[in-house]
Amino acid sequence: MTARRRTTLIAASCLVASLAGSVLLLRHIDQVRPKASIEDVLYIDSPKLVKRASLGFNGLMACIYWTRTVQYFGHRHFDREHTYNELAPLLEITTALDPHLLPAYQFGASFLAPKPPNGAGEPERAIRLMEYGIQNNPDNWQLYYDLGFVYYTELKDYRKASETFDRGSKVPGAHPFMRVMAAQTAQHAGDLQTARMLWTATFETSRETNVKQNALEHLRAIRVDEDVTNLESAVTRFGERMGRLPASMNELAYAEHLPGIPLDPDGNPYKLTAEGRPLLERPDDFPFVTKGLPTGYKPSALPKFHTKL
Amino acid sequence: MTARILHIAHNTFREAVRDRVLYNLIAFALLLSGAAILVGQISIDIERLVVVNLGLTAVSLFGVVIAIFIGIGLVSKEIDKRTLYTVLSRPVRRWEFIVGKFFGLAGTLVVNTFFMAIGVFGALLYVAHKFSRPDASILVALYFIILEFLIICSLSLLFSSFSTPLESAIFAFALFVIGSFADDLRGFAASSHGFTHGVATVAAYLVPNFSALNVISAVAHQQSLSGPLILQNTLYALFYSLMALSGAVLIFERRNLK
Repeated sequence: MTARRRTTLIAASCLVASLAGSVLLLRHIDQVRPKASIEDVLYIDSPKLVKRASLGFNGLMACIYWTRTVQYFGHRHFDREHTYNELAPLLEITTALDPHLLPAYQFGASFLAPKPPNGAGEPERAIRLMEYGIQNNPDNWQLYYDLGFVYYTELKDYRKASETFDRGSKVPGAHPFMRVMAAQTAQHAGDLQTARMLWTATFETSRETNVKQNALEHLRAIRVDEDVTNLESAVTRFGERMGRLPASMNELAYAEHLPGIPLDPDGNPYKLTAEGRPLLERPDDFPFVTKGLPTGYKPSALPKFHTKL
Repeated sequence: MTARILHIAHNTFREAVRDRVLYNLIAFALLLSGAAILVGQISIDIERLVVVNLGLTAVSLFGVVIAIFIGIGLVSKEIDKRTLYTVLSRPVRRWEFIVGKFFGLAGTLVVNTFFMAIGVFGALLYVAHKFSRPDASILVALYFIILEFLIICSLSLLFSSFSTPLESAIFAFALFVIGSFADDLRGFAASSHGFTHGVATVAAYLVPNFSALNVISAVAHQQSLSGPLILQNTLYALFYSLMALSGAVLIFERRNLK
């Protein structure tokens, strides 16, 4: 073997060995290092500073920060960590860098507003974000819709929701349902019919598959909530008539002249507890239901979306 | 006169395209445009935005790097290799040499931008599957980027006419960074008083205003750009380049090359 060939072999072996060593070591370091510190180190909390540092390439920086926001929310959601301390500042930086980046407002509000585990539980900050978005994009009626949605679903402030839908309906080119929703939320606030209308509008107007799927899951949940409410009324009627609770769902269905045992949207029969409470057979398949859940039921951190679009 | 300038420009172009660093930088810019597709996939609803933003930013930044690093060596290399003396011993005026070098470098950058733009449009086509009418404004953004390159070229030549390549690179890059903050500088000038106001106002108008030429964000949002803006930016870039080039000629004419 020539000296040159020997050097090549030794150098190549060293290269491969040190590469493997560094990768293995890095994996160990990641396990030892606290996760929060990794995220904190990467984070600059001043929108002005980031804007200056971008040398005028604000659009690109906004895209990078928006991607970071999505990744941050996704990772914390996946890791079942229900604190999202950096979510709002990340969104503020993103929108300060590019005030016209509409997905940051629309999705950002849906990350911020819902209660954990589905979101950060910060509806007030979501509203501030949306108002900033409207201020910078006054001609976009969808931002009014999203803001009204936050008022309606998260804060249950139906008057504000109605006002916001009404403001949005006056934007040139606004979808006609904005006017209908303004009236509906004012007159029938809080009922399932209005909620169904809002989610149906979300499903029909969104281009994003994830949003459509989320809307569909909410519509399924509304149907379950409606079914369970009806079944609860049926149980009450049965009790008033018979002086006792129904022994089974079969008995209740027979007494109420139903065509069969009531089924959930997936076709599984509702169950009836000994205390006369209607329950879902598989509550994990309906991440957003508020009724029909067993006592002490804890939803999984990651909603299982069964509906495929 | 024109023939001599064209000849120098042609030779400068030929020399520049032989440089391997140039191809590496173009390859990097194309790689970034391709990477934009991947970035769009790990984000939500910004596929087109990220392709346009990242693609045009890559074209702009890599172009500036090419303009500075080729521009700073145009004069000094000729002096080091002593080829300048051969050129100037012929019936070529010093100013013709500078102007020829400028056009050669500008031509190189236009060709580079063309190839990098193909990468951007390719990535855009991959993401959007078709081109729409507002995509035409990307061409305007690319045109503004070329105007930016013209200014950088002339500044690189200006600095290289009196300083070493390293100093020229530092000066040109520093001026690029300051020029990116030109709007802020003007804002500061407007809010200050007295002597500071005077100095800041002069500085704000003296440094090149690159922020006016940066329309990447607007184009990414499919906003249309007005005709007067295109015309005025064109005139501004031409005036500024002419100013810097005149400075370079003035210095080079008086430089002792012995």
